[in-house]
Amino acid sequence: MPILEVDDLCVSYGKVEALHHVGIRVGEGQIVTVIGPNGAGKTTMLSSVMGLLPRSQGVIRFRGIDLGDAEVEDMVALGVNLVPESRALFGEMSVEDNLLLGCFHRYRGGDRDQQQTMEEVFTIFPRLKERRDQHAGTLSGGERQMLALARALMAKPRLLMLDEPSLGLAPLIVKEIFRVVATLKDMGVSILLVEQNARAALQIADYGYVLETGEVALEGSCRDLIDDPKVVQSYLGLGGKH
Amino acid sequence: MDLQIALLLGQDGITNGAIYALLSLALVLVFAVTRVIFIPQGEFVAYGALTLASFQAGKLPGTLWLLVGVGIAVAMVDLMAAVRARQRRRIPRIIGWNLVYPALAAGLIFALNPAELPLLAQILLSLILVVPLGPMIYRLAFQPLAEASVLVLLIVAVGVHFAMVGLGLLFFGAEGSRTPAFSDGSLSLGSLTVNAQTLWVLGSSLCLIVVLAYFFERTIYGKALRATAMNRTGARLMGISTVMAGKLSFLLASLIGAFSGILIAPITTVYYDTGFLIGLKGFVGAIVGALSSYPLAALGALLVGLLEAFSSFWASAFKEVIVFTLIIPVLVWLSLTTHHVEEEE
Amino acid sequence: MSPRLLIAGFVLLLLVAPHLVSEFHVTLLNYIGLYSIVAVGLVLLTGVGGLMSFGQAAFVGLGGYATAYLTTATSLPAWLAMFGGSPWMGLLAGIILTATVALLLGLLTLRLSGHYLPLGTIAWSISLYFLFGNLEFLGGHTGIAGIPALDLFGLPLKDSRKFYYLIWVVVLLAVWLTINLLDSREGRAIRALKGGAIMAEAMGVDTARSKLVIFLIAALFGCISGWLYAHLQRFVNPTPFSLNMSIEYLFMAVLGGAAHVWGAVLGAGVITVLKQWLQDWLPKLLGASGNFEMIVFGLLMIFVLQRARDGLWPILARWVPWQGAQRRVAEAAALPRKSLPEAGTVLLEARNVVKRFGGLVANNNMNLSVRAGEIMALIGPNGAGKSTMFNCVSGVDRATDGEVLFCGRAVTRLDSREIARLGMSRTFQHVRLLPTMSVLENAAIGAHMRGSKGVIQALLHLERTEERQLLVEAARQVERVGLGGSMFEAAGSLALGQQRTLEIARALCADPCLLLLDEPAAGLRYMEKQALAELLRKLRGEGMGILLVEHDMDFVMGLADRVVVMEFGEKIAEGLPEEVQRNPAVIEAYLGGVE
Repeated sequence: MPILEVDDLCVSYGKVEALHHVGIRVGEGQIVTVIGPNGAGKTTMLSSVMGLLPRSQGVIRFRGIDLGDAEVEDMVALGVNLVPESRALFGEMSVEDNLLLGCFHRYRGGDRDQQQTMEEVFTIFPRLKERRDQHAGTLSGGERQMLALARALMAKPRLLMLDEPSLGLAPLIVKEIFRVVATLKDMGVSILLVEQNARAALQIADYGYVLETGEVALEGSCRDLIDDPKVVQSYLGLGGKH
Repeated sequence: MDLQIALLLGQDGITNGAIYALLSLALVLVFAVTRVIFIPQGEFVAYGALTLASFQAGKLPGTLWLLVGVGIAVAMVDLMAAVRARQRRRIPRIIGWNLVYPALAAGLIFALNPAELPLLAQILLSLILVVPLGPMIYRLAFQPLAEASVLVLLIVAVGVHFAMVGLGLLFFGAEGSRTPAFSDGSLSLGSLTVNAQTLWVLGSSLCLIVVLAYFFERTIYGKALRATAMNRTGARLMGISTVMAGKLSFLLASLIGAFSGILIAPITTVYYDTGFLIGLKGFVGAIVGALSSYPLAALGALLVGLLEAFSSFWASAFKEVIVFTLIIPVLVWLSLTTHHVEEEE
Repeated sequence: MSPRLLIAGFVLLLLVAPHLVSEFHVTLLNYIGLYSIVAVGLVLLTGVGGLMSFGQAAFVGLGGYATAYLTTATSLPAWLAMFGGSPWMGLLAGIILTATVALLLGLLTLRLSGHYLPLGTIAWSISLYFLFGNLEFLGGHTGIAGIPALDLFGLPLKDSRKFYYLIWVVVLLAVWLTINLLDSREGRAIRALKGGAIMAEAMGVDTARSKLVIFLIAALFGCISGWLYAHLQRFVNPTPFSLNMSIEYLFMAVLGGAAHVWGAVLGAGVITVLKQWLQDWLPKLLGASGNFEMIVFGLLMIFVLQRARDGLWPILARWVPWQGAQRRVAEAAALPRKSLPEAGTVLLEARNVVKRFGGLVANNNMNLSVRAGEIMALIGPNGAGKSTMFNCVSGVDRATDGEVLFCGRAVTRLDSREIARLGMSRTFQHVRLLPTMSVLENAAIGAHMRGSKGVIQALLHLERTEERQLLVEAARQVERVGLGGSMFEAAGSLALGQQRTLEIARALCADPCLLLLDEPAAGLRYMEKQALAELLRKLRGEGMGILLVEHDMDFVMGLADRVVVMEFGEKIAEGLPEEVQRNPAVIEAYLGGVE
């Protein structure tokens, strides 16, 4: 059974529909990527799945259960976490406090294993351990993205949704981030990865969707998509009509 | 003015300033977390003081009925929401906090004879009645408008203030009350005589500030509140719900308010509408902190207290005028240091 | 039914009312009138302008006390002597005093975030209340009695039925002036304050000035109401000028419908009647005396804001079959145009622009130039810093380092408003339109700088010729971008692509020599993109320079003369479209890669 099923998802901003009947599936333990040019509706899709944006139509199922109008907090409780494009860090708090708050929901539920989880997370992101007392706002772009990822891991997610983790980062750091994403898969976390950096995404993902103007234009296994000329076209407009 | 008077005025100023400081901390907290400019803060001061005074006078305070009534209203609204969202597991909690708790409180007060009880128990009973009103009012008045603009929230806050002042008049009448000091006696420090209530006020305020600092710096709930103030979406993505953060900040604000009221009740006569002016002086402090810095707000509030004490000596009729004019230089400074076109929500 | 007919009916009703009702009800109507004047000012300030004041009752108090003191004092200080004795001089003195205070308070708070004005006015309100109550020469808490009656053209207004007419003439005048103001160039700027300040500044509107103007007008309406009150009552004391009364004024405006001028009159009526009724009944019901109506008012406000945030007026208006607003644009002479620089002249030059946000470098050493008569495209992947560059160039943001030259002038330190005046006009990536305003009016904001008539002319509608010219220009640009069919619809009802096109029309209304377009083709259908490309080519042909940020490579490649590619805040390529498209670094930047 897929961990996440999205069917017939439509989202509107006022009278303007931004997503039209989008359907995607994320298999248990898989990395699934949604790529597409800017403005295609990728972020809208994630926000809507996460419960940050209301949808006008569609069904979202998590492990086969219809989520109805679940709110963000309910999604977190189920084990779904989103790392948004903005990272949404708590800038005037230390790295350690940011991580601790990643456990907030589990803490409320009675778990008291924060320190141990944090040590585990530090083994994946040794750089954060060095910076644990530093304010999040003083970190570099790459460290911020790592902190955002690490904070989401503190919640021990079953499904992790990443919105443009490579955005604005230098190639070396992008490489590092994608290495971590691959590690997470090995740890058994299912991942829904939204990316502009199509090649990197297609290289580590199992299955991919190309979103264009709010619709799924193309889908397939990443092996097929990576060589599909239509992907290149959709990004660069090469071979176009001029 | 000789040194003796100056010391006396300073003592007065610091005592009042400590109360204003507590209130300004609550105001900054509520604004940062919920964007509500919490005008009704002062009403909690009056409710706290007058509920205690009612107990001591052997009367049943009207705040008991308010708690029962507001509890029923919250229970109705929440139960309807829970049924509509098909979240039946929330129902016991809703009934527990909003119906059972006020009923227990009422039972406790009827069972005991509060006028006979020691002061500490009377204080506890007052807090039991007044403090839960904070989160309940958040639920009824502000939660449905959580996404509204600061100005809409401000008008709602003024609406709550109006309703609470009117109810205060209904419950406690137009007569003011003053409660006996926590303990008699005074302390002599050289030429300065410090009376006991001053020490109580300063000691308790300091304790409360330390507890609050611990809460915000060391506990996960305190950090969650700070996180909500910094980045709402980020906090929600951690599972920190805006509603929980809102209720928690209102709980702290009503606790601080009611407790401040209990502290000053022996020093000054409290009327049903006294709280408003006291709360506004907290605001002057909060504005000194630009509604965002806790230490600056507390410092500003102390300044307000001192200014008030000294101006009551030199120009007692114009004491309020002088205190509220203090915000002008602050605004000048703020406006000189701000340079941008701001987009309203 | 036409609005004019309704208003005529209302005025007729006002005319006969005092002859139909009892003395008591005339007094009630008088109070409704006095409160309406204040509430109309608050509608302008709060409902339309999005600013809030808790100081209105204090302004009423200034008006009342000024005339009370000047007409009753037996010995005035020499410098005030000229104001003594006459109610009219009292009015003048009140107006001067109020304007001074409002100007001072406004200058102090209006540059700050929105919530400092209400907090500042609360403090001012309380201060003034205690001043009134404690100053010897103002009678302290007992107040001033024996204020003379007004004398209008030799007709003494001693009786409240006569005074009634004066009050309601002033109410209608206030309503008329306010409606006039809102329906003007200045009015559009005022209506843009709530939710459109950044856009308005980029269109050359001085938003700080607009805020000050409405704060002043609202304060003066309060002052005039206070003057009338003093001469109606012939007695003043501090009570009616307290903070609580300020809050009630605010409630009137909110309940009536904060964004509707007539709603103020409605709100004043409802609150005044309700208060009268509650003051009669509540004490009996509760068995105690006191201002228990406060409880009801407070709860009412919470309820209104939760359930009907726009107040009663829109609910009532739904029952009336309005004939709707103006549906055509009158004819008028075209506005004069600036001459465009010769094709090929360098219009814009950015030299080594750096923009840092905290520790992040959004733009690093960016260089680019745009000439008259060319389309320059700025492209790059998401997050490359294109919009930041745009904001630095247009003055919405300020570059941390480097230099921006526009038409040969250094504009690095100028505000967006000043840059706009030099002939640069822009659109926004996230559409910044005023959704409830019509397409035509949204475009007309762009022409703001091309008009010159001020607030006074707008209040009296003495600027109709210029206003028609501005609207004709706006209509021309709306037609030009292909939105002629939706000219009078609300901008918020347009599809997103059309909203972007409307942004272009608005920018064109400013008669720019350089047009900055932030992702104009996003969300457009194929045919619409073609039409947009056609329009941009035409503008280029006329000699305009265009700087374009765009993601749609197809669109850019067929259109641009030169392309600059950004990644990580830096320029990675520059050249002709074909060159750039084949550049491996560019392909890499767009598609990414890990190797």
